Amino acid sequence: MKSDERYEIRFSGSGGQGIITAAVVIADAVGSFDNRYVCQTQSYGPEARGGKSKAEVVISNSPIDYPKALGVDLLLAMTQTACDAYFFDIKPEGLLVVDSGLVPQLPTSRAVSIPFTRIAREDIGRELVANMVALGAVGYLCRQVSLESLKQALLSRVPKGTEQMNSEALQAGIEEAKKIDLDSLPRSVLSDWDDEL
Amino acid sequence: MVIVEQQKRVLLQGNEAIVAGALAAGCRFFAGYPITPASEISELLSVKLPELGGTFIQMEDEIASMGAVIGASLAGTKSMTATSGPGFSLMQENIGYACVAEVPCVIVNVMRGGPSTGLPTSPSQGDVQMARWGTHGDHPIIVLAVSSVSDCFSVTIKAFNLSEKYRTPVIILSDEVVAHTREAVALPDAEQIRLIDRIKPDVPPEWYTPYADNNRGVPDMAALGDGYRHHITGLIHDDRGYPTQNSQEVEKFHKRIHGKISKGFQEIMVTKAHLMEDAEIFVIAYGSVARSALKAVRDARAEGIKAGLLQLITLFPFPRKSVDTYLRQCRVVIVPEMNMGQMSREISRINQANCRIVKHNRIDGHLINPEEILRHLTTV
Repeated sequence: MKSDERYEIRFSGSGGQGIITAAVVIADAVGSFDNRYVCQTQSYGPEARGGKSKAEVVISNSPIDYPKALGVDLLLAMTQTACDAYFFDIKPEGLLVVDSGLVPQLPTSRAVSIPFTRIAREDIGRELVANMVALGAVGYLCRQVSLESLKQALLSRVPKGTEQMNSEALQAGIEEAKKIDLDSLPRSVLSDWDDEL
Repeated sequence: MVIVEQQKRVLLQGNEAIVAGALAAGCRFFAGYPITPASEISELLSVKLPELGGTFIQMEDEIASMGAVIGASLAGTKSMTATSGPGFSLMQENIGYACVAEVPCVIVNVMRGGPSTGLPTSPSQGDVQMARWGTHGDHPIIVLAVSSVSDCFSVTIKAFNLSEKYRTPVIILSDEVVAHTREAVALPDAEQIRLIDRIKPDVPPEWYTPYADNNRGVPDMAALGDGYRHHITGLIHDDRGYPTQNSQEVEKFHKRIHGKISKGFQEIMVTKAHLMEDAEIFVIAYGSVARSALKAVRDARAEGIKAGLLQLITLFPFPRKSVDTYLRQCRVVIVPEMNMGQMSREISRINQANCRIVKHNRIDGHLINPEEILRHLTTV
């Protein structure tokens, strides 16, 4: 990464899915533990409960001027509505990561589908931690954060008594992401015929 | 926007950094009424202040909040409140009282879309002129703007220092974007921070004249309960603090309270120049928009355009000297604001060099993005 380059992650879903918490944890890991520059913003409004929820994390090796996303490198969509609403400004070489159980229609084949919510419900025992499963996968796939920092940041941010469950969820997400072969995906989110046109 | 390297960094929201700055500055009293997007300031202080032996009161409304802040400050405690547009409207009467009675205090206004209840969760810069002229009468006041998390910390400390030094209310204008953006910052240790406290009288109580002028124009301030006779009123008063209509005393009073701020112009007016040395075209911005502007200026430089940014930290008293310098240096100035052009009026007012002023106003509840500003920089 060149010094003034930005890496932008957008977390999106529905209010109550822990979208903002996931963004805060990765921002904490990058900023406080990895000592890089980070800026985390969120959409905030009537949609705080139900409706669309969005949080963005901008990562850089130099101080960040504009705090919001300009071209998204990694978009996490935890609902179909969020996927449809926030896919528009993803970079051509950006990556879409979705909850396969909740986002049936993909706008691109450059997408990673993982059943975050099902893993949280069936393997961890609480659907509530789907955000942390997703965070594990995002943390692994973005290659912008040390996984050790991510685990530490998570422990410092979750409520007492839930550390074990959240850590397991994060780990489960990391393991799922390790199975993904990114090279097998198309290089661009634009479909092939876009180039031909 | 400068982060100190190699120190332990913590991830803070703008509102949390304002709290950290206030506590570091010695604030030990807060009275307020929660309102989006300023609520985190109250929420956090309600936990932190009692831990430090301070006082937090949730009042019945913002009128009473401002009253309580004035009372606490008169009793000798550094005091603040935090609100947003609708609450800021209610505070105006008592802010005027604080100006006339010369009560140091800090008022944070996290701007959201207005007028009225407006757009509670969206950013705006619609309260700029209100911060300057919201309360009636010809009054001096200091207004500072924050644009990043580290700003929120350092500018809050500066606000307390100025309020104590000049015995005046200081208004901090934040906005929804700054308030809710999280960044990792390294906060300086307490011993690195320079604090200013109000000067107390060094004469025995019987010699004390509460509003006697001195070479600073800022009378020594006894705390209520220290044993000094101290009459406080919103009426124009004489040196003893008693109401007066004597024309000489009235004029003297007004000239002193305006003059004390003029004497401090040098340290009160703060601006930050980015890439201005050889700039031919520049942007004047403040608050979160200054961050968009900095990105736009860097992008313009990459295209070979000699662009610069003058970021205003102090909005009022208007930093005329610095703005004037660059208006004379450059041929065009872009003024992006999340309002209909409140600060561009000030710039037009002092523009004797006939620099071309291009306004860019966005009032749809969204932060101006760098692309919008860059478009002006590349086309004018």
